[in-house]
Amino acid sequence: MITSQILAQHNLTKVEYQRILSILGRQPNLTELGIFSVMWSEHCSYKSSKTHLKRLPTQGAHVLQGPGENAGIIDIGDGYAVAFKIESHNHPSFVEPYQGAATGVGGILRDIFTMGARPIAAMNSLRFGPLDQPQNRRIMEGVVAGIAGYGNCFGVPTIGGETVFEECYSQNPLVNAFAVGLFKKDQIFYGQASGIGNSVIYVGSRTGRDGIHGATMASTGFDEESESKRPNVQVGDPFLEKLLLEACLEAMKTGAIVGIQDMGAAGLTCSTCEMGGRAATGIEIDLDKVPQREEGMSPYEVMLSESQERMLLVAEKGREEEIFRIFNKWQIDAVRIGKVTDDGILRVLNRGSLVAEIPNRALTDDAPVYKRPISLPARMTHNQKPCPSPFRLNWGDVLEGFLASPNLGSKEWIYRQYDHMVRTNTIQLPSADAAVVRVKNTNKALAMSLDGNGRYCKQDPRLGAQLSVAESCRNLVCSGARPLAATNCLNFGNPENPEVMWEVSQIIDGLANACDILETPITGGNVSFYNETLGEGIYPTPVIGMVGLIEPLSRMRGSWFVEEGNKIVLLGPMVWPRTEYSSALRLTWQSLSSLKERTGDLYTAWGNQLPCPPIDLDVEARVQKTCCQAMETGLIVSAHDCSDGGLAIAIAEMSFSHFGCTALGAEIFLPQDTELGEVLFGEYPSRILVTVQEKDLKALQKIAAVHAVEMTLLGTVISGFLVVRSGDVLVLEKSVVTLENTWINCLGGLFANPL
Amino acid sequence: MKFGVLVFPGSNCEHDAYHVISKVLHHPAEFIWHQSSDLKGCEAIIVPGGFAYGDYLRTGAIARFSPVMDSVRVFAAKGGLVLGICNGFQILLESGLLGGAMLRNRGLKYICQYVSIRVENSETSFTSLTKSEQVLTIPIGHMEGNYTIDTKLFSLLEKKKQIVFRYCTPEGKITPSSNPNGSLGNVAGICNPQGNVLGMMPHPERASERLLGSEDGLLIFQSMIQSRSFTRR
Repeated sequence: MITSQILAQHNLTKVEYQRILSILGRQPNLTELGIFSVMWSEHCSYKSSKTHLKRLPTQGAHVLQGPGENAGIIDIGDGYAVAFKIESHNHPSFVEPYQGAATGVGGILRDIFTMGARPIAAMNSLRFGPLDQPQNRRIMEGVVAGIAGYGNCFGVPTIGGETVFEECYSQNPLVNAFAVGLFKKDQIFYGQASGIGNSVIYVGSRTGRDGIHGATMASTGFDEESESKRPNVQVGDPFLEKLLLEACLEAMKTGAIVGIQDMGAAGLTCSTCEMGGRAATGIEIDLDKVPQREEGMSPYEVMLSESQERMLLVAEKGREEEIFRIFNKWQIDAVRIGKVTDDGILRVLNRGSLVAEIPNRALTDDAPVYKRPISLPARMTHNQKPCPSPFRLNWGDVLEGFLASPNLGSKEWIYRQYDHMVRTNTIQLPSADAAVVRVKNTNKALAMSLDGNGRYCKQDPRLGAQLSVAESCRNLVCSGARPLAATNCLNFGNPENPEVMWEVSQIIDGLANACDILETPITGGNVSFYNETLGEGIYPTPVIGMVGLIEPLSRMRGSWFVEEGNKIVLLGPMVWPRTEYSSALRLTWQSLSSLKERTGDLYTAWGNQLPCPPIDLDVEARVQKTCCQAMETGLIVSAHDCSDGGLAIAIAEMSFSHFGCTALGAEIFLPQDTELGEVLFGEYPSRILVTVQEKDLKALQKIAAVHAVEMTLLGTVISGFLVVRSGDVLVLEKSVVTLENTWINCLGGLFANPL
Repeated sequence: MKFGVLVFPGSNCEHDAYHVISKVLHHPAEFIWHQSSDLKGCEAIIVPGGFAYGDYLRTGAIARFSPVMDSVRVFAAKGGLVLGICNGFQILLESGLLGGAMLRNRGLKYICQYVSIRVENSETSFTSLTKSEQVLTIPIGHMEGNYTIDTKLFSLLEKKKQIVFRYCTPEGKITPSSNPNGSLGNVAGICNPQGNVLGMMPHPERASERLLGSEDGLLIFQSMIQSRSFTRR
């Protein structure tokens, strides 16, 4: 008997229930209700975001597979392709940081190798509350350890990402995991249950009671009872996943596999109906055959379990033995649990009885789609009229103060815990603009970057989204790559809040606009809603995972100064026309000294006072093209984009020491009467710092002129100091070693057991 | 010279070692599955890094029971060259081919970074192409690299020149701050008394190409090749 209480527990509305009644033509039993509840959950159905996601550009010359499969795929030439995607695992990471993050990594890795690609790199975008709160330190420590524990054992190098600290993520950390895999273009596998009569085979870990309703948990906010959600968090076994990877890749070579999908959110339920839905076939399975690691599991539990490290594959009838032999060699369970049928129905048997009978399409393509109401948030109409008055600041102190922020400081404490070298393909060590892995047997390398900005999107979602896409493309360009395509993970609060839906719609418009102009289609991704606790939501946070190609390999560049005497040049606008941003910027300098007394994280407090910087995507595109062309003609010695903290931070970062190279410095000359606060720290986009040999300045100027891009000779690479002059006035003079020490010790000092 | 690279369930770095031998040094290399007792006529065996058996129980504890390790023990007793890298070193310790044990890093975290190691014994088959006290730049990547051994046995190791590599500063000084994991005496690699079995925590296969940041690791593989070509004469 289905009561309102049972419906509420399943996160199904009365309207949705009516829909179920009319689809089935009868009342569902509890198992069937459970199946509908997970497949129609926000996490699995995208019911609140589908109408908006349609507006994203998903096609391009390189795109082999867009959204709709387990991962997106692009062609990188020479017969090779890469599959990549980003996914969120936010809610489990709040409840159980280590396992939540670990299984997030496990999940995205499976999404990659289920397509037939061997994962070659992983990245992650993490957002936590401020580290002065012990709870946030605990969550971060657990999340980082979980990512390391899983990725390192599995054997994929974790080579990049971002970590951001803002108060709004205190109760709602964001853990977005990205992975990319490499394969041959003609060896792609899809999640389709094709071929009537073919065998449905379960491989991997045994099914237990972990993670039941994990998908539903991800589709609702947290409250006081959140601790009790612990059993909803899955537990991962990276060793088993490594064996699963090797077995799957080996089995795929036999040609006997017709379709394959990993069991992620909503486990067996999701993989069966999605594979059937895509192929327009039906699937019949017998739960008695499913390997179980606990006794007395009900059909409800078996269908909804989110036990990790399991795959569902469809094999050509008669060729099952070839597959079993391979999985046995790797000591993994492989059992035929059912078959593909021709009636489009998901049929589940248990102990000889039929316990569920639902049309596949009802659970997938025909799941509810909502056009949630949208309304402009009150905060957006607020108009500040700043009255700047004179102030004096020691800009060197500002620079050093900013570098002490965990949002700008070195993340070495984090990435040192990740094996970023396994498989010997990592040719750009962490902390550069983009992470780079070579593709053996070719003259290519893959560059990748993860970038998001919640703070900007809170101020102006559309603009913030454009800024995020621009930055991720810029990061790739600085490494010598051509950006090709992107995946996105969109993190929001409650979709039933019209103001949140307005943010969703605006962000999608911003993403679509930027991806269109910068020619980087979206090949897939993830939407995570309900990132809120007790009604307080996060900043709307889109995270872009951008992938690009460096070819030939020799074109790769680093983000640091290389040699004394090289010239430092700024490509892109030095000064922007008077905007709301620049006025607000001037106001913040006045309050900076009082801010300094109130907070240890000066940069973040300062940043939160500012509106979104402006952007002109046309200018952005031309600046990137200038840099690309200069890279192609071999003019660029090194390149680094300006982003958080603006020009001064970017110059400092270029000075710091890194593997094999000691720190250098810079002597910068700005015109007299330069608006220093604005030029040095304004977080304007479309700016790339490059170093070139003096003899190449003219050639660079020519390229910039072709693209009508502003180019400013800022100064020269020196050693030991960062010196900035404005006209005759010495504005800033800091020892690079001092600055670097502040930057390096930023995170390490906050945790016990320093390395 | 033919190298055999062992593969256990959970090995991750076998492909990296294979790549160096076959693609960088252009010598024959073969994978040897843990269930096999046949070392296929290889003149050197590499026990690679990774997480054999998921590091269940203790790192390397289960791998040492694999059939292939019996063959490796016989091979080593006859003087065959055996190089254990990282997890491979751990497996050699558990197998009794080398003395001592590995504890968790002093900082209790996994560490992946480039380190400097100093050659303490340049006369082994693995270091013959290096000079005494030469500093090599090679990366580590491990959670359990904190080498330890009974004090008396440690003195014996030192006396018999079985300590082959120690963590040091880039200038070659042995200091506590240059020790990334707390290992006894800054030990990064040791060999057996006969000098034909070497275990080291740093990954030379990750430092065998300029493109990856350092070529110092090549010296170890090249020394192995050279030492065998000498013994053939």
